[in-house]
Formats: sequence, structure tokens, C-alpha cells
Amino acid sequence: LPDPAAVREEMLKIYPSKTLKKRSKQMLVNDPSAPPEIGANTRTVPGIITQRGCTYAGCRGVVIGPIHDILHITHGPIGCGYYSWLTRRNLAQQRPDQPINFLQYAMSTDMMESEIIFGGEKKLAAAIREAYEIFKPKAIAVYATCPVGLIGDDIHSVCREAKKELGINVFGFSCEGYKGVSQSAGHHIANNGVFKHMVGLLDEPDPEPFRINVLGEYNIGGDAWAIDTLLKKCGIHVTATLSGDVTYDQICKCHTADLNVVMCHRSINYMAEMMETKYGVPWIKVNFIGAEQSAKSLRKIAAYFQDKQLTDRVEEVIAQEMAELRPVIADVKTRCEGKTAAMFVGGSRAHHYQHLFKDIGMLTVAAGYEFAHRDDYEGRDVLPSIKIDADSRNIEELEVEADPEKFQARKTPEQLAALEAGGFSFKDYEGMMREMRKETLIIDDISHHEIEKLIELYKPDIIGSGIKDKFVIEKFGVPCKQLHSYDYGGPYAAFTGAANFYKEVDRMINTKVWQLVTPSWKKPADP
Amino acid sequence: MLDGTTAEVANRSALRINPAKTCQPIGAMYASLGIQGCMPHSHGSQGCCAYHRSHLTRHFKEPVMATTSSFTEGASVFGGMANLNQALKNIFTIYNPDIVAVHTTCLSEVIGDDIPSIVAKARESGAVPEGKIVIHANTPSFVGSHVTGFANMVSAMVNYLSESTGETKNQINVLPGYVEPADMRELKRLAAAVGVDIVMFPDTSGVLDGPLTGEYELFPRGGATVEQIKSSGDNIATLGLGHFASHIAAATLESKCNVPAAFLELPIGVTATDRFVDALRSYADVEVPEAVENERGRLVDLMSDLHQYFHGKRVAVSGDPDHVIALTQLLLELEMKPVYAITGSTGNQFEKRMHELLDGPVPEAKIKQNADLFELHQWMKNEPVDLLITNTYGKHIARTEDVPFVRFGFPILDRAAHRYYPTLGYAGAINLINQILNVILDRKDRDCPEAWYELVQ
Repeated sequence: LPDPAAVREEMLKIYPSKTLKKRSKQMLVNDPSAPPEIGANTRTVPGIITQRGCTYAGCRGVVIGPIHDILHITHGPIGCGYYSWLTRRNLAQQRPDQPINFLQYAMSTDMMESEIIFGGEKKLAAAIREAYEIFKPKAIAVYATCPVGLIGDDIHSVCREAKKELGINVFGFSCEGYKGVSQSAGHHIANNGVFKHMVGLLDEPDPEPFRINVLGEYNIGGDAWAIDTLLKKCGIHVTATLSGDVTYDQICKCHTADLNVVMCHRSINYMAEMMETKYGVPWIKVNFIGAEQSAKSLRKIAAYFQDKQLTDRVEEVIAQEMAELRPVIADVKTRCEGKTAAMFVGGSRAHHYQHLFKDIGMLTVAAGYEFAHRDDYEGRDVLPSIKIDADSRNIEELEVEADPEKFQARKTPEQLAALEAGGFSFKDYEGMMREMRKETLIIDDISHHEIEKLIELYKPDIIGSGIKDKFVIEKFGVPCKQLHSYDYGGPYAAFTGAANFYKEVDRMINTKVWQLVTPSWKKPADP
Repeated sequence: MLDGTTAEVANRSALRINPAKTCQPIGAMYASLGIQGCMPHSHGSQGCCAYHRSHLTRHFKEPVMATTSSFTEGASVFGGMANLNQALKNIFTIYNPDIVAVHTTCLSEVIGDDIPSIVAKARESGAVPEGKIVIHANTPSFVGSHVTGFANMVSAMVNYLSESTGETKNQINVLPGYVEPADMRELKRLAAAVGVDIVMFPDTSGVLDGPLTGEYELFPRGGATVEQIKSSGDNIATLGLGHFASHIAAATLESKCNVPAAFLELPIGVTATDRFVDALRSYADVEVPEAVENERGRLVDLMSDLHQYFHGKRVAVSGDPDHVIALTQLLLELEMKPVYAITGSTGNQFEKRMHELLDGPVPEAKIKQNADLFELHQWMKNEPVDLLITNTYGKHIARTEDVPFVRFGFPILDRAAHRYYPTLGYAGAINLINQILNVILDRKDRDCPEAWYELVQ
């Protein structure tokens, strides 16, 4: 393996001075015992070819978009609504009481020049009314795009009026694309909106015991279903998954669960914190990506409930699942062990997926996020030292207090103390870097140039990334596993998903295609 | 599937549902990729650029490069000059393109950033090196559609690059319109077969249908060169294919460099391809060789052989206006009945031309500009069709209504080889007819009683 410090220098040296200064802070060599401070969640360098998207994508595309029984209206010119139409694979299954899966529809106010000049509030109000007349949804969510903020349309007052007029829940998100520096701002705005307008509206808890919410799980390629199936086997009940294959009602009552488990820390930690403060629901970080991690997460949930039967059942399930998985791992390992991977994905998977590669004996040589914050890299203990810079200062922080009627501590102070004494840690995420080996290259908001250099210098056997990079990487003859869309496969979560992933990686690395790249007349002649 | 779509058509004045168009900048980005050594640049917040690159990549299964000014909230209020200046410095230093083609988004258009003056200042400051070119097109997303964005960028190529030196070159300009790399390749092949030298721009063949060789090229060898585009001002004539995608640029070239423009429709089907070949022949003053006539004859042969499966079939068509106008002519040549024809784009030329084409042979046809797939689906629920031809977004309708479906136009996100098969020219018509025939006969084989399940068709 090349010296990561030298690779870093090689990547940086082409940059103009201002760019070099900025990128230097976003690229570093890992030390798991004391993760160095990384420059993250700062503005994108113009012209550098970033992977990043915008706030609208983070809000409408990621967090709220998957709720499939409410209607989503994009207020803006046609592009934003069009591009977020069925492109993220947050699958949904219609319920018997739910006549329409709204994810199959892209709805937009399709703003024209006249609305830019005279304002688009009237058209938005009319669009909401028309949508209600045609579809009769339970609720309507409205999303702002770039021009909306600039021309001063007040989407929230339009929503309030519509709510009064139609008698259904109508609420807006000020998720203009230019806010913040990436999708991340959109997550925060979405969390605030969901918390203000949905959570807490239904107070009747589900009758099942061991109720949890899975936060930050979007059911890409059926992941949430795989997790749900696993939990069900153990006797753990999911009140709501935020927000993969979730209904409006499930979100409205999710504050009645006993525990929040957080998959994607970046996109949903705000909600986890706010629910704990207002309703007393504690949260823990889990990870259902990878066999060992899935087992660990199940045990953590069982430990929280302190129920002997549950704990026994969890061990039984883990044993069963592992019995099925072990031969797959052993088989795949014969072809994948010792191979290398690199990963550059959104704000969560670049960490989680390292465990899957590790399960089959593969080494992650470099990794990074598009838009994660320092706490996702270095762990939540650095939170007090994170300064919010000028580009993200305008993202609203909700003031949340304990609800005088609905707050209910799930554990007594004694129970909490006992749990913590047993090694249990709440609201804790130790970040990606602590779990990675020393000398791994960490790159935040990787540029196209850096990806090219990385391939040239590391020659990884596989790279996990997204659609914009996939075919670039594969032109080099290196397979690229899309870790956003899963290349239209999946699920990859839980034990069953892990098996899918191992087999996929094996297929991609060992496919014959790569041997066909060079024509016979260009190969060295046989002796 | 699509359970909210009912047959009852409610009047909508504000709500767009399942659009049959997208926004300008993606068209401009696609056009820019048709210049050799060009980096498309999106002057706006970075989400647009990410979406446009992703979308083009999903269609072509190829790398799609573009840079962005990455606006923050500050820039959105005070203007994006510093962002573009910094972007240009980074782009030329890190990626070294020959040319940067800047397009705008709704954000920079609402702010009113003046691109030419920002670029002039960038040049003064050294951010744009000597000998490097920056062109731009204004592409506000709240006007027109992706086709408008394409047209605006092609027009910018003429505005910035085309030159008239006073010396006429024996070449014909072909503006191919918003078509696939395979179509552009086919137009070049056909022109060469007729024996005419052409300059085609933009030209994405060799850029978005590139080979896998184990070596990645940031700027693939395809694309019209800047030199070729410059020379367009000296050529005999310009064939602008497709009113919506090519008209402005062809007209601009005529007024700027005095190159006579012929406005043709996309050469889809026999007659439209004949018009293209005839225009090449007459401007270049050559005879159409026998090989081209044979190619044409083979297409007509195919049409006559299998006519029984096409005749009288009801078809719904949706897509970009130039595509729908041209495809409708092929369908009429096959004696099919395009009963519904919509485009998401606006422009009266669409409805005017479609009525000319359809009022005689299919008087019951419903034609609509600025329409969407939701409405088309409602029409289909009221009176069904035998075939649906549109982009990938038609697949949900096709499944819901159980209608044979041919993917055509932009985008096709769920199949791969479309980037190699033209739909333009005689060869393209053979490809399209083959696809139509396959879905119709597959359906017949699926649905017919077992006793009628036949080996030979």
C-alpha cells in the first residue's frame, strides 16, 4: 500500500493556493486512537467537481420524500420536482387502508417567468387545492426551491391558509437549494418540520411490547424491510421507521415508542435529540450493515429492555442467522480476502459499509463523506468544539422543552445508572475514524481529481460511490459499487442483506468482463 | 400502480403532475458535452449540477462531467461573481479544458448575474488563461424546457465561435437537434454515404457512447472541435434539424455569417429522411449514390413486409416536440393512428404542425403542448391505445394499463443499448420499426388463445 501522506501531497499539489489551503484541511491520515480534526461541513470549492447536492435534495429527496401516503409538492421550476421523482430507491408498500402510493407522482407548481416576476403564492395555493381535489391525501408537504426564497414567496402562510381551508395537515419546508453547503442543511430543516408538524399528533401507542423507532433508515432497496423482519423475529416491534416505507400516522405516533435506534446519524440525530428532550425517548446508535454489527445492534436493543426472554430470543435469532450466513462468508472469502476497497458516500454509509467489507476479509484503504460533519468523522464528543460557520448559521435550531403532559422518562435514574455501569452508552456515536485502521486516508467532499489520483495510486479492487462516479471509475477497469442506489439491487441490511452484498462484491471484483478490456492484439505475445 | 389517476379529467391550472419535460440547464449541459475538450459549467447552487449530471449518466450509463459555482446563501444574495471567478481558476488549473461552456440556473437568473462581464473580469485577473475560451448561455429554468436550454447553448456556440472569413468552404453545417449520440453518428454516416462533407455541432458521439479501454479520458476524443464550429460561418448552408432545438442557432448563423439556413424536421421515417438527404444533395450538388437508395429501399421493404401489424393501431406519443413531430410522420407512414400526442414543452409550432399532420388522417387525435403524463394517462383510461411510445417515465402507465411500450426519446433510464441504436435516418427507422413490431408481436403471443399461438408471423 502506498504511503497515505505521500498520496495526500500528490492529490493536493495541483491546486491553486486558496483551494490547496481549504482542501488540506479536508484530507488527512487517520489515527483511530486520537482522530485528527477534519475540515467538514464547510462550503464547496467552486469548480472542483464535487459529488455534493443541495438542501432541497436533503429535505425533499432524502428525509420527507419517502413518506408515501402524503402528497409532496415542489414549489419551483420543473427541474427539482422532476429529478427527485423516483430516483432514490426508497421503496414503499401500500397498506390496505391506503389507496394511493404517492411516490409514483411528481408534483410541482412548475413556476414560469410570470411567477418569478409577480410571485408564486397564488399558484401554490391553487396547486394545493387542485392536488387535494384530485387525490384527497391525508397531508400535503410543500418544498421551496432556489428562486422561492429570493422572490419572497411565503410558503408557510400559504400552507397555513390551505390547512384551514381543506381541513388536512399542510406544511412547508424552506429548503432552498442554496442554504447551508450540502444536502445536510436539508436534513436539519426536514427534521425540524417533521418534528413540528407531525410527531406527537397521535398518542395511542401500538399494543406490542418492546416498541422502537428506527431513525435514519430510508428503505433503499428494501433495507428497512430486512431490518423489520429481523427485529420481528426477535419480538421487537417497530412503531415507525423514519422514513423508509413509513406512513403519516406512524410518524404522528412515533413519540409513543420506548426507544429510538439511529441508523444514519447525520440525517436524523436532530430528531433523536428533540424526541428525547420533549418526550423522554432515549436514543442509541445502531448499525444493521454487516453481520457482526447487526448482532451487536440486536444485543444492544435487548440489553436496553432488560428482559430475559427477549435477550434469549435475540441470541437464538443471531445463532440461526449466522448459521446460514457463515458458509456464504467462507465461500466469498476464498475469492475476496485481502482485496482493497475505498468508499465515498453521503454522510453515513462510508462508515457502515466498511463492516461488510471487513466481514469478507477486505481492507478499506480510503474513505470519506460528501456532507457529514465532524461528529460523524471524529465522534460526538467533539460536538462542543464544532463552530457553526457563516454558511450554515441560518439553519434554524428548534428550541425544544419537555412536554408538560406527554414527557415520560422511559427509565428511572437507577435503571439508567445500572445500564451505563454495564457498558451501555446512550446518545453516543463514536464516528467513522475510531473504527478505521491507522494510516487510512480520510477525504471529505472528495473531488473528481482526487478520485482519479486515488485510483492511480491505490489501485483499489473496488470503490463504493454514487452514480456520477460509477462510470468514471469503471472506465479505469475498476468496479464501482453504488452505495446510494445499490446498483438497483439490495437489500444489504441485516444478515440476509449482508449475504446479498458479499455475493455482489464477489461478482463485481471477479467478473470476466475486466479480462476482456484489452484486445488480444494489444496483449503481450505468448512466449 | 398510479392508483390516484382516474379517468375523470379535472381542470388543472396550477398543479403539474408527472411532467413530460425537465428544465433548461440539462439541455445546455448535454449540448456543451458535444464540443471537444469542453467542460460544461453550471452557474448556480450545486444541486442542479448534481441532478443534471446524475440524470444524463443514468440515461447514457457513461461519465458526465460538469463543474458548478456552488452558490451559498451569501452568493445568492450578493451575486455569484466571486464563485464563478474562483471556479474558472480551479477548472483551468485542475482540469485544463480547452473551453468552458457556462450555463445558468433559476438561481443566478433571478439574481441577474451578468456572465459576460464576470468572465471578462476573470480573464483580466488571470483566472482564464491565454488561449482558453469561455462561452455562455442564459438558461433560466422557469422558461421553456430542457429543449430550450439545448437550443440556447447551440446558439451560444454560434454567437461566440462561428466566424466568417469570407472564404466559402465546401461543407454543410448540420445542427442535429437534441438527439442521441447514435443519431449524430448516423447523420454523419449518412452524409458521408451521400458524399457530402458536413460540420455537425454539437456532436456527442464518441463522448457519451465511449469505449471501455481501461483508461479514463476526462475529455473524450469525440465532440465537434472549436475549429469546426468556427468554420461553420464559412460553409455553404446550415441544415437546422428540429424547430425547437435548432432553429435559433441556424437563424443566428444566417444573420451573423450569412450562411443560408434550411429548417428541417428530425429525419425520422422515410419522407423526413428523404428531405434531409435531398437537402444535402442539392446544397452540395451531388448525386445520391445507389448504396443510399438501397438502404432506403430496404426500409420500405420492411414496412411493406409487415404492414398488417401496424395498420390502424392506436398509438399514444409523448416526448420532446421535435421528436413527437418527427415520430408522428413515421407512424403515419406505417398507417398507425397517433391518437394522443403531447409534449411537456411549450411552443405553438408544435400544435400547429401536429394538426397539419394529423387533422386529415386521424381527425380524432388529441394534441397538446405544455401537457403532462398524468393527463395523457387519463386520456388513455378514457379510450385505450394499442401502443405507448415515450421515455422511461411511461413505464408506470404501460404497466398500469397493460399497454405495449416502446422507449423513445429522453430520458431512457432503465435500458442500456439505446445509446448505440439510432432512431434517425433510414437505419434509425428500421430500428424503431423493429422495436414497435417486437412489442406488438410479443403482446399478441402473450394474449392470443393457445390454438392461435403461431410459429410463423
